[in-house]
Amino acid sequence: MPKLTIDGNEIEVEAGYSVLQACEAAGIEVPRFCYHERLSISGNCRMCLVEMERAPKLIASCSMPVGDGMVIHTKTDKVVEARASVMEFLLINHPLDCPICDQGGECDLQDQAVAYGLGTSRFTEHKRSVQDKGDYGPIVKTEMTRCIHCTRCIRFTHQVTGTAELGGIGRGDHMEVSTYVGKAINSELSGNLVDLCPVGALTSKPFAFSARSWELKPTESIDVFDAVGSNIRIDTRGGEVMRILPRLNEDVNGEWIGDKTRYAMDGLKRQRLDKPYVRRDGKLVPVSWDEAFNTIADKLKGMDGKKIGAIAGDQADCESMIVLKDLMASLGSTNVDCRQDGSKVDAGVRAGYTFNSTIAGIDEADAILLIGTNLRWEAPVVNARIRERYYRGGLKVAVIGEALDLSYPYEHLGTSPGDFKKITGGKDDFSKTLKAAKKPMVIVGAGALARADGADVLGGVRKIAESRGMVKEGWNGFNVLHTAASRVGGLDLGVVPGNNGKDVQGILEGAASGDIEAVYLLGADEIDTAKLDKTFVIYQGSHGDAGAACADVVLPGTAYTEKSGTYVNTEGRVQRGLRAAFPRGEAKEDWAIIRALSDALGKSLPYSSLGDVRNRMSEVNPIFNDYDGLQAAEWSDFGGTGEPSSEALVSPIENYYMTDPISRVSQTMAECTEAFINPEQQKTGTNG
Amino acid sequence: MLKDSDRIFQNIYGIKGDDLETARSIGDWKDTKDILAKGRDWVIEEVKTSGLRGRGGAGFGTGLKWSFMPKEGDRPQFLVINADEGEPGTCKDREILRNEPHKLIEGALIAGFAMGAHASYIYIRGEFYHEAVALQKAIDEAYAAGLLGEEACGSGWKMDVYVHRGMGAYVCGEEGALIQSLEGKKGQPRLKPPFPAGVGLYGCPTTVNNVESIAVVPTICRRGGEWFGALGKPNNTGTKLMCVSGHVNNPCTFEEEMGVPLKEMIEKHCGGVVGGWDNLLGIIPGGCSVPVMTKEMCDVATMDYDNLREHGSGLGTAAVIVMNKQTDIIYAIARLSKFYAHESCGQCTPCREGTGWISRMMDRMVIGNATIEEIDMLENVTRQIEGNTICALGDAAAWPIQGLIRHFRPLIEQRIADYQAAKNAAA
Repeated sequence: MPKLTIDGNEIEVEAGYSVLQACEAAGIEVPRFCYHERLSISGNCRMCLVEMERAPKLIASCSMPVGDGMVIHTKTDKVVEARASVMEFLLINHPLDCPICDQGGECDLQDQAVAYGLGTSRFTEHKRSVQDKGDYGPIVKTEMTRCIHCTRCIRFTHQVTGTAELGGIGRGDHMEVSTYVGKAINSELSGNLVDLCPVGALTSKPFAFSARSWELKPTESIDVFDAVGSNIRIDTRGGEVMRILPRLNEDVNGEWIGDKTRYAMDGLKRQRLDKPYVRRDGKLVPVSWDEAFNTIADKLKGMDGKKIGAIAGDQADCESMIVLKDLMASLGSTNVDCRQDGSKVDAGVRAGYTFNSTIAGIDEADAILLIGTNLRWEAPVVNARIRERYYRGGLKVAVIGEALDLSYPYEHLGTSPGDFKKITGGKDDFSKTLKAAKKPMVIVGAGALARADGADVLGGVRKIAESRGMVKEGWNGFNVLHTAASRVGGLDLGVVPGNNGKDVQGILEGAASGDIEAVYLLGADEIDTAKLDKTFVIYQGSHGDAGAACADVVLPGTAYTEKSGTYVNTEGRVQRGLRAAFPRGEAKEDWAIIRALSDALGKSLPYSSLGDVRNRMSEVNPIFNDYDGLQAAEWSDFGGTGEPSSEALVSPIENYYMTDPISRVSQTMAECTEAFINPEQQKTGTNG
Repeated sequence: MLKDSDRIFQNIYGIKGDDLETARSIGDWKDTKDILAKGRDWVIEEVKTSGLRGRGGAGFGTGLKWSFMPKEGDRPQFLVINADEGEPGTCKDREILRNEPHKLIEGALIAGFAMGAHASYIYIRGEFYHEAVALQKAIDEAYAAGLLGEEACGSGWKMDVYVHRGMGAYVCGEEGALIQSLEGKKGQPRLKPPFPAGVGLYGCPTTVNNVESIAVVPTICRRGGEWFGALGKPNNTGTKLMCVSGHVNNPCTFEEEMGVPLKEMIEKHCGGVVGGWDNLLGIIPGGCSVPVMTKEMCDVATMDYDNLREHGSGLGTAAVIVMNKQTDIIYAIARLSKFYAHESCGQCTPCREGTGWISRMMDRMVIGNATIEEIDMLENVTRQIEGNTICALGDAAAWPIQGLIRHFRPLIEQRIADYQAAKNAAA
């Protein structure tokens, strides 16, 4: 461990640290623009210059590795002057339009100009102006005159997303950051460019001119658009969600979030269920809560519990799911299921439905087999992590499933479960790679397990994991990548059919045949609602989507931003989001609705507060005691033993930008769909 | 003055032809196998003894540079020859490339062998079309004669030489930018550390040398480092190709001993300054990146690294730009500033923004549309660029202006006063 002296204080840091990191470790602030922890070092902004003894010139602290006995000064006149001159150079061609710039208030250039710059300008020549070259798409808004050429965005598209749309064209002060011939930035992570840009050159198009950073109230929360459980910050103003930003969590999302996570939130303002409805004469009419509850009570009282089913949707929080399960139990029903996609995962063995090696484990993996998953769409931040790991070297990736562009090279072994034999047979090259690997991983997508033969696919993947030595002391390389934020939490709470209970298919078929007379949908919209025609349907949720359309009673619930909820991500990490906004209209928090309904049904549940519900969760499964923690799950038998069919494996996501009731009504997501998913549908004159 | 018998480049004007046979007749490729047989350490030691300093401008010891290359390792090692001769005023590598290419190719073999490289890339300036053709022809001849390839000169050492043509960026003559460009990337200088000897071309140990540095190596090896070291002055040894341009009667490129008096050199080789020595205004002795020297300095200066440094200038590439009293020196330096603003790669802030700024200020200085205080501001801005950038282009842009202000400040002040007077008269 090298020891160095910074401003007179001796500090010992890890070898391989840069001087800038060492300064940070010593608690000394070093200004910077181009340096970013997660990108390669370019050392071009020259803002981080510090003085090193025995060096003839000032050194760029971001790019200088620490050495034993180094003596660094960060506060000498020379350093202060150098910083002021770099600031002056940056500002001579930067427009002084802060009052009309969206970055104002959270602009690195603004802050550092105040802290390190000169008070006046000596520049009397004409300022450079840059014409924006085409449109970067629906997410990133450009004002390239403000660009300070830090190249963070260029490095991001080359190193993180791998889409490489951005580059520098021209030289000297004619250098411009641009896409090639006005191409849009087609990446699921493009919103992160807005965060990366230290100035107002790249700003958020959907958020443009809608609020100032100091007007916003940040709330820490958890994302529900995929099963990664990205840590997010919800910025609100007066109860309205204005924007969503990533929150640093090295173990989960690092510093990135996907575009859907960030921008689908404008869907929270559209097609909301804000009062209870009851279907009368084929039409849903607004009613009071009491009327709605009474309608349900009239229907359910006296009904045989076996004829009632409940399905929890993809974005349901753990609190509402456990209360729903308890309500069903009190009605004598064991027909509950949280797997609305029909997944065949086994709730009995936790190792069989979680991402055991953890997302951070990707950083150590040396061979990864992807089965039936389009990682780029199902979990963009996980995909970016694999990409980062790949380009660090020493990782081999293979795919069984669709041959999609994952932004890194891989070997395509086949398209169906029939190709599992190539791995278990042991003759294939990649099979040997897995066997020889120290930390091999298999990632099976949710789509592969939601087939009719899903249990056998699961069993097949388990065989792969066991035969290739993926499960061993200190390492479990068997991973299920879910697509629904509620899934692992639901399985942990046992929101699956009890004794003789029906699963999702059973409930739907029972509804069609008349065996099931009432169905409770907790935000479940991705099911075949045509089968519910003859059934009494209670829909509780936030958006008027497929579920509400077929409902007989609609109970207005809350979206994820409007409640404190617990979610378990695909790794099995229990995380809690806080309430950022208030429920819409007469809507209530989901667990409270079910609790109130239990009164109306005469089966009062013993919960009077959120704390009571959370105690109940811990009682059902002790993992809920451990927030943000991860517990290794025990390996055991799971999955079917049959031969899965040779039908091709496909991802359940057809359009990354529209997967759930919120993103389906989001305008930004609609624009993204138009730009990136259906670009061939050219606009005509009548499209405006 | 250099004796003819000590001349390394005997065909620099191309009078004898550029083919292999001619090259052999003037001593190239003679007993190359025997030189290689003496081993790589012997070659490096001989080059160290010769005191050869890099001829590309910075003047770093060539033998020392080679010794930084790892002695063994599992990665390939590369020799990259910098033939991107872009420094304004410089016209020496070009003569080697088109008239004595075999010296360079033989040098590539010996130098490559000394540093453990089996491949050598010659990055040649894109505008040098005929030079690239001549060089390629010479390489083809060398391959056909078995001088390069699997068994170069029958020595058992494999050596391949490739020519890569640049695309016309001055900054690609900087070794980091050159490597970037060679890899197919945007030509922008790289951060150091890591140095190319550790992480260079394609991430492998690489040494980048100037054409002239490599081309003199075979002769040093044949005649001995001590012979080369005895020429010139201590620490500034050997012979050097000098290029004199500007206001002389006979602008030319010639080989001369290091440390030759500047005045004597111009009188002897170039027929003197136009209008006589007393008509001299100033000389930029090392390509446009070094500060200008006044006549008083030129009277006593000698052409070597250390002496020119003492005069506040530098030898650079030994491209001597002579300006007589008919020159508008402010305009001349303003033109150089425009060049640097145009050629700045745009990577680091001080150079990207600063070169454009000082160029625009210089444009105003040319007509005098400025204030006296702005002279100090201009000087100050060049100080802000100098030393704060990744590569030396920022320094190179700053120094000519600093030289101008240091030596010709009264001229600038007069220009400003004249402009003000004319303006007042008009008003």
